[in-house]
This record gives sequence, structure tokens and C-alpha cells, in this order.
Amino acid sequence: MDILIYGFIQSSALLLMAFGFSLVYGVSRLPNFAHGAIYVLTGFVTWGLVQRLGLPLAVAIPLGLTTAALVGVAVYQLVLRRVRGMEVSEVIATYAIGLAILEGLRSLGLRGTSRSLPVFSDGVVFLFDVPVDHQRVAVVILGFAMVAAVWLFTRYTRIGLALKGIAQDERAAMMLGIDSDLTATVAVALGSALAGLGAVILLPLGSVVVEEGYKILIYAIAVCVVGGLGSWAGTVAASFVLGYSQYITVAYGKPHYQMVVMLLAIITTLMVRPSGFFGKQKQLEERV
Amino acid sequence: MAQARRKERIDRGIKVRSDSIYALSSWEEIAYLLGPRALLIGGFLLLPVVLLPSPYWSRVALSVCVVALLAVSFDFLANFVGLVSLGGAFFYGIGGYMAAVASTELGLPPVVAIPAGTVLGAAVCTLLLVPCLPLRGIYFAIITLMYPLFMTRLIEATEILGGTEGFRGITGFSSRWTEQYGLIVVTLAGVFALRRFLAEDAGLVIRAVKDNDQAVRASGINVTWTKAKAVFVAALFGCFAGAYYVHMYRNVGISSFALDLSIMPIAATVIGGSGTLVGPLIGALLLVPLSELLRDFGSLRIVVYALVLTGFVVLQSEGLMNFATRKYQQFERWVRV
Repeated sequence: MDILIYGFIQSSALLLMAFGFSLVYGVSRLPNFAHGAIYVLTGFVTWGLVQRLGLPLAVAIPLGLTTAALVGVAVYQLVLRRVRGMEVSEVIATYAIGLAILEGLRSLGLRGTSRSLPVFSDGVVFLFDVPVDHQRVAVVILGFAMVAAVWLFTRYTRIGLALKGIAQDERAAMMLGIDSDLTATVAVALGSALAGLGAVILLPLGSVVVEEGYKILIYAIAVCVVGGLGSWAGTVAASFVLGYSQYITVAYGKPHYQMVVMLLAIITTLMVRPSGFFGKQKQLEERV
Repeated sequence: MAQARRKERIDRGIKVRSDSIYALSSWEEIAYLLGPRALLIGGFLLLPVVLLPSPYWSRVALSVCVVALLAVSFDFLANFVGLVSLGGAFFYGIGGYMAAVASTELGLPPVVAIPAGTVLGAAVCTLLLVPCLPLRGIYFAIITLMYPLFMTRLIEATEILGGTEGFRGITGFSSRWTEQYGLIVVTLAGVFALRRFLAEDAGLVIRAVKDNDQAVRASGINVTWTKAKAVFVAALFGCFAGAYYVHMYRNVGISSFALDLSIMPIAATVIGGSGTLVGPLIGALLLVPLSELLRDFGSLRIVVYALVLTGFVVLQSEGLMNFATRKYQQFERWVRV
């Protein structure tokens, strides 16, 4: 029972970490390697607002998410727009930005594990006799709420439909008057905000540290690659596969192997089936 | 309306003449051709002499060579073979560990341990990378980024290869001069050998793989096998850097797989000029001392070079070498359209 419940929570956590990355890649084919950095940045900003300026969490979180979205817009408008289509430059540029943000935070004094975001409410509920604290329940609920919200957004709003159009067939969408740059900006902003959302929900369980940024990036890539880059259903499915396998590794093995499992998942998936569980087969695009 | 103008670029006369067989007809043209090469080679060879008073900066000069070797390996794979490898640290680490094992476990002297580490390391890297060679573009980039991370975590978790401690007590070099000139000469020789290699038939096939792998396959050439050979060559460079560095500092640890070692060479390549093979050398020559100067500022130096890298990718993506070559070989003028 333990494994079922905590594995479920771990899976939802992975979903929160990875969905933003998957969204951006799915819509605009942009690998946002600054994902982990934006995650930590949002955590840090929110921490500053709550602990230093004494704002209530309900005010600080929207502000933090707005910051994340603005960073996303800036990254797209200043950098990605100019290198769009050159995959290598996209990867290198976003990775370098992420590195600059993370190491910049470190040199601003983000060291040690003293910083921690407050939890939404600290109580414990018992699910089938397994104690689960409220924050972890929130992780599950918000994880699914996020997926549902994005699903509704892409189905019932104009901008959402534009995103979906670009994701399905960029050229046809552009012919119908959908601005590719604008939707990509929206996608990167939204993806960054989702990374930030993950941060404010998940960071209360740990602490705001720079290393988290690198870890989140790898987890996000692992989930997206295993699920199929750009496939949202795949992302959800892969979060569960990897979430459970991670929890089982921790429960029966050493915590050190947690990361090994993720990396091994990426490597084997790419070798055997680069498009992942649910990705569309693009034989010539991905391998010769 | 403003008069529309465009920039016209025309090859200099001396370039056109010295492209052909008549290059040797005058001292001027010989100097034109040899000048830049002599400057580079002479400059590198003089480094140990110039830096003699400062042991610290001599070590930095060697770091320049190490980063340059990794950068050349990246440049070769990315711009000639079409495989963007974000895992230079993987080559470096494997080469380092191989040389360390050869030195500590088998007791081989550096003269044997370094070449052995290089060749065996390159073979191991190639074998491990063969399954991912069919991958293209971003898929290959991601998988190579994961390889060194995976090695670090694997060594940490299973405590093979000395675990987090690594190996110590590796035999050092007999003198400072061998240490310095060994690396510098091999770096220069490697770069020029690689240029020559790419000009041969084998290089033609390799470049064709980058431009159009379908066409290469249609000509009855095995694409994966060609890529494997190219990866072996690139790995030789990376593994040699690792093997040599291990002997300089006389220990090896999981920091050999550090991300820094993957990013720095990429930055050097982008700054120096992609697709030139010499550009990475120049990039390393600028970037490594800069990063050493900023060492006191801690992690701020990573911020600086990450920003420099982003700036170059966005604004000056051709890099310094391509820019300089153009200025050297062509003159420009504005003409009306």
C-alpha cells in the first residue's frame, strides 16, 4: 500500500516537473533546457517574497509564477527567436541561459539548505492507514488539475486552439493566420509558469537549492523522452512508469540509484525507440 | 527612400593567386599562406617559454590545450559528421580512467599509459556510443549529455573504479618541459592531422554523411560504420586530453565527468568559429584564461561564460575564426542594389 500511494505521489511530482518542458516542446519544437533554472528561480523569488517581504503565500505564488512567465517571454524574444530552427543552437543557448541563471543565483548567495518554502497546510491524512501529509495530497491534486487545465485550455480557448494548431501542423496553422512567433512565446511563457508551479508545490517538501535545478532538468527530460518528446499523453504515462520505478528503487535499493534509473531510462529509450511510448514515429527525422 | 545598398565581398588577388599551384612564385605569397599558420604554431610553442616565470599560468596554458582538444573533438563531430555531442566529458573521463588504471594497476610509465589510455578509451567510447549512432539531431544531443552524468552516478552508486575517491598516485612526468611540450605538440599535430584527414577521401565521405546521409546510404556506404569511425577519431582527441590531464595532476575522480568539461569546449568552439577546427583552439585560448581570471568570483565565472556563449550563439554565430578568415581573404565594399 505504501508503495502504491507514495509511488503515485512521486509520479504526480514528476508530472509537475516535466509537463512544462513537454508543453513547450510539443507546441513549438523548442527544447527548453532552462526549465530547471526557471524552476529554481521561481522557488527563490517566492521564497524571497514570503520570507523577506513577509507577503502571504497566496500573493507570493502568483507573483512568482508571473516572474517565471516573464523570464520565459524574455528568453524566447531575446534569444530563441533568433536561433529558431537550428536545434543545436537552441539547445546550447537555452542550456547556457539556464546555467547562467542557476550559477547566478548561487553567486547571489543561494547556498546551503536553509531556505525552504512554507507548506500550504501542515496536517496529515490517512489513506488506507498510510499517513500522507497535506502537501503531498496537494501535489497529486494540483498535478492532475494542471493537466486538466491545460487540456481544457487547448480545447476551448482561442489561444489554446492556436497552440494546438501550431503543434499539429505549423505550416497549415500559419496559413490560417496563426502567428508562429506569438504562439511560441505563449508556449514558452506557459511552460515556464508550469515549471514555476511545480516549484512552489514541490519545493516545500525539500529546500530551495541550486542543485535541484539540474536534477529537475534531467527528470523532465527523462519523462519527456520516455513518453515521447512532444506527446502529452506520453508525458503523463511516463511520469507514472518512472515515478513508480523510482519509488521502488528507493524503497528496495539505495537512494543513489534513483538518478541511475532516470538516466538509464533516457539512454535505453533513445536507443531502442527514440520516439518513446506515445511519440509519433518519425523514422527519418530521428534516425538513419 | 534611402538608397538600398548591399555589401559586396570579393576575394583578394593574392588569395586567388595563392589558391593555385603558383602559390610558390613569390615570397609574398608564401608568407601570405604560411603567416597565420606560423603565428599559431609559433605562438603555442612559445607559450611554455614565455610563461616560464609563472608555474600557475603554465598550468593554465595546459588547460587551454585540454579544452582545445575537447573543443576540436566537438567541432569535428558537430560540423563535419553532423553528430552534436554534448558529452565531451564522457570522452575525457573514460580516457582519464583508462590511463589511471593503466598507470596504477598495471604500473605502466606515462609514455605507455597515455597512448594506451587514449586508444583503449576511444575504443570503449565508440563501442558504448555505437547503439546511439543512428540517432539524429536533438536525440543524439540529449543522449550524449546523459552519458557522462550516467557514469558519475553509476560510479557513485556502485563504487566501481575507486568510487567517489577515484585513483591516486599516478606516475607524473619526468620534467616540466616534457609535460608542457608533450601536450602542446600533440594538440597542434592533432589539429593539423585532422584537417589533412578531412581533406582525404575518407574525410569526403564523412562530410557527406553530415550533408546528406540518405545519399551516402544510397551510394552503398554504411552510414553507421562511417559515423563509428568518425566517433573513434573524435574520441581519440577527448581521451588523450583526459589521459594526459590525469598524469599531470596524478589523480582521477568522478569530477572527470563533470558537466563543465562538456560545456567549456562547446563555448570555445562557438566563440572560436564552428567548422574550422582551428577556431576551437583560439576560442580555448581566450576562454580558459578568462575563466581563470574570474576564478576568485566563484560561480560568477560560469555566469560570465554562459552569457558570452549565449551572446555568441545569438549575435555572432559564425565565430571569430570565420570572421577573421573572411577579413583576411576578402575585401568588402558597399554597392548600390
